[in-house]
Amino acid sequence: MSASSEHYSLTAMASRFVDQLTQCRKLKLKVLEASGKQVLIELPYDEQLVGYPDTGVIHGGVITTLMDTASGCAVVCSIFDKFRLLEISPTLDLRVDYMKPAEPHKPVYGFAECYKLSSSVAFTRAIAYQDSIDDPIAHAVGSFMRISPEMVGDEFRQALMGGGDEYA
Amino acid sequence: MLDKKQELAESIQDGSTKDGCDKLDVKSIVKKAKELNDFGHLLEHVPYAKFIGMAVERFGDELVFKLPAKEDNIGNPILPALHGGVIAGFMEMSAIVQLMVFMQATKVPKVVDFSIDYLRAGYHKDSFAECKITRQGRRVANVSINCWQTNRKHLIATARAHFLID
Repeated sequence: MSASSEHYSLTAMASRFVDQLTQCRKLKLKVLEASGKQVLIELPYDEQLVGYPDTGVIHGGVITTLMDTASGCAVVCSIFDKFRLLEISPTLDLRVDYMKPAEPHKPVYGFAECYKLSSSVAFTRAIAYQDSIDDPIAHAVGSFMRISPEMVGDEFRQALMGGGDEYA
Repeated sequence: MLDKKQELAESIQDGSTKDGCDKLDVKSIVKKAKELNDFGHLLEHVPYAKFIGMAVERFGDELVFKLPAKEDNIGNPILPALHGGVIAGFMEMSAIVQLMVFMQATKVPKVVDFSIDYLRAGYHKDSFAECKITRQGRRVANVSINCWQTNRKHLIATARAHFLID
């Protein structure tokens, strides 16, 4: 999977965004790829995250956090790609369907896209998988509220832009 | 050598194996929790519950779940606010415990779907949740979960979920 030439790679900015979120650092979430269209995030296996001790399967809440983060990140990237603006959108709602348990001791990948950006709401869908995206662990749909770019503090903006002029 | 043997015997007795996977006897754990009137006992067996730091207390027939303020659970650093995923995980785990306590489960219920609406920002302070088993069939249960911080009437999130039970 590679970002098409129409879309700037936003991987660096998306990584810095996810790194700003304390819980995501605890989960060791890693942005593998991001563009104005899609985001791919890796969640490594960790025994602290087990929700079903008899099988070693991680808790559904961790998958929800991965989906929420990937979807939210896709919204940030989509807005940045379209308007060159930084907006942080809170989640309005998120629905996750769990198709099968995540296999223990293997990473889970979260793939999200913002498929519609309206003036006040962003709509997302996401898939969590391990070996193949065609054999999903979970599927999620969400909506996010758009808020004014002024709500993003200078400190946060600088942390996201990384001080460089790569997206100038 | 002897110590090691004893350790192994103990670990077999309390159901844990070398790779850290417990053979969970849900029925006896729930029974023990009821006897001790200590439902935190249920959470001790689930690593994720410890990871986010949640607790539970019983008031008569009601269970109230608590997620104490914890730096690691923050998502948005500007406000600062709890990560929405942590709130969802907390509510999902609350529903699982509610089901285990009130329906004589032999296994940990498996989540089928989980739908959450965020009503307000969850600030960096203690959060609480309560669950209602809306319908419990033979194979599936429907649970609704409410989550609040300072005032029960000012919910920060509401969710509903389906679980497979057997």
